[in-house]
Amino acid sequence: MAESLVDIISMLLLLGGGLFAVIGGIGLLRFPDVYTRLHAGSITDTLAPLLIVSGLVLQSGFSLLTFKLLLILLFLLFTTPTASHATARAAMIAGIKPVGGEKTGDKGASSSNT
Amino acid sequence: MRYFISLSLTLAILWLGLSGVYKPLLFILGGLSIALVVWLTERMEVLGAEHDPGLWSWRLPVYWAWLLWQVVLANLMVARAVLSRKPVTPSLFRVPARQHTLVGRVTYGNSITLTPGTVTTCLRNGDDEIEVHALLPEAADDLHSGAMARKVDWLEGRQR
Repeated sequence: MAESLVDIISMLLLLGGGLFAVIGGIGLLRFPDVYTRLHAGSITDTLAPLLIVSGLVLQSGFSLLTFKLLLILLFLLFTTPTASHATARAAMIAGIKPVGGEKTGDKGASSSNT
Repeated sequence: MRYFISLSLTLAILWLGLSGVYKPLLFILGGLSIALVVWLTERMEVLGAEHDPGLWSWRLPVYWAWLLWQVVLANLMVARAVLSRKPVTPSLFRVPARQHTLVGRVTYGNSITLTPGTVTTCLRNGDDEIEVHALLPEAADDLHSGAMARKVDWLEGRQR
């Protein structure tokens, strides 16, 4: 009974992770420019692996595999912000203007730092 | 010297955790690789206060747990924005970053980027501000409220 309960929970987590990955993909197609798409991509980068790895940890039980899975998650969570930031920064330097209004209106300051 | 010990220990734990096969040959290989990496970091002179793997305090797990929760909340917000039919209203703005240490600022910037809905676009050395691109007004308000900045300040607290 307990076994199948763990199985059900991990199944739900895996399905949830897959669902969020798809939502991230939809956002990637729907949003208007590089910067907003980056936000959609970060769903696939953060919550989806979080749920999927949790589901897999439940499947693997408590073993060395758990440690490895958590390491994967840790490295993923450390490296994806770096990649997102690099993309956003590169887009800024390439001179792509974000759509939508500026809140503080200091566009001059922000576009001159290339 | 402290750095060498903490780095070697971290690498040893990593090796033991990833290998799972505990035979003498593998222990020797592991020891050799750790020695090589430690020697290389020494040669590259990257081993200093900022790269000290022994710089862990009890605050770090607490911060990670808090951050994970924030990430989950922000994910739900962005997912809702993806699925709703309303067009998004992104904005670009600056928030103050007054952490004392570089590591603290980078942590803040990276935390902002990790949270969906906000991306750090610019963080310069010597600047007291971070430039952020936010997808939703709610996400921008969260940052303006400074909750995350205070949390990073707290994380920095003991590490001087």
